[in-house]
Amino acid sequence: MSPVIVSLFWSFFKVGLFTIGGGYAMIPLMEAEVIDTHGWLSAAEFLDIIAVAEMTPGPISINAATFIGYRMAGVAGALITTLGVIAPSLILLLLLARVLFRLIQNPGANSFLNGLRSALIALILLAAFNLGQAALIDFPTAAIFILLFAASLVKAFSPLYFIAAGALLGLIFFPY
Amino acid sequence: MNNTRKESLLTILFAFLKVGAFTFGGGYAILPVIRQEVVFNRKWVSNDVFADILIITQSMPGQLALNSAIQIGMRLRGISGGIIAALGVTLPSVIILLIIAAWLYPYYRDSQYVQAAFYGLRPAVVALIAAAAIKMGKDILHGIRGIILCGILLAAAIISQAHPILVLVAGGIAGLFFCREGCCK
Repeated sequence: MSPVIVSLFWSFFKVGLFTIGGGYAMIPLMEAEVIDTHGWLSAAEFLDIIAVAEMTPGPISINAATFIGYRMAGVAGALITTLGVIAPSLILLLLLARVLFRLIQNPGANSFLNGLRSALIALILLAAFNLGQAALIDFPTAAIFILLFAASLVKAFSPLYFIAAGALLGLIFFPY
Repeated sequence: MNNTRKESLLTILFAFLKVGAFTFGGGYAILPVIRQEVVFNRKWVSNDVFADILIITQSMPGQLALNSAIQIGMRLRGISGGIIAALGVTLPSVIILLIIAAWLYPYYRDSQYVQAAFYGLRPAVVALIAAAAIKMGKDILHGIRGIILCGILLAAAIISQAHPILVLVAGGIAGLFFCREGCCK
């Protein structure tokens, strides 16, 4: 197997293994692996792929894994990244479900998870800041961010509205 | 488990293919759809069992939709049920994203309008990520201890430039000492 296939699998396996609580928990991990550690994508390309992963059906991290894997190593890459990101769930739930269930009922595990969730919030904030530097490049993009972020504080809109609004505002304000 | 009927693997596969193919917006949007399908439409598990499944789903590594699908598949047909449910929820993503990555994206990437849309989509995605952090903070961080821990970890992450995995593990270990009476929910 080519080395890139191996590192793709291992990177996405780590993403799957440390995404606890789902959703955007995977963003800081994927960003660290794909942009910082391996330099596979630029921050702007990564954001484009997350946008595509948001507008297509299915879990966002599986969508993003497939897209990034294909970009790096074609169909084999797409299959290997997807397998990597779902493998930890499969292994843990299929083989160790009973042990883990007992473990998470332990008060110590609860404290550990509480601390981990505090870390997760810090990491997601930091990821927004890091990726923001590639996205907020002029006045219109900064305004789009502020508008949509403010809207999210008022009401929990579906991500699809954010995607539709972002694309529409981009089409209007792009410096053609 | 209150279900004695053996569901066929094909039925399980189709149920989760439908969830994977038609639900937009990621984990938190998919969970209510899975619940509708398995609790109300197909009556595979009771509401209480689904609540237990959600607790495990949110405390375990992995995607929310995937983790709950695997557990429901396992309850119906053991390990093969779990694998089939995982396949069902994953396969539509793989097929759709392969089509986009292989054909649509290379073909349209250089179009001026696609460039313009992504110019606006990037700040929109950053807004989604920032909003997710704020929402999680509101849901999870209760009391001053959780907020202080979050602030310390944020500063440590910025200064050390450590890999997120290290920050998560450090947070968990700090939680063992610091969050025993619950700094979070």
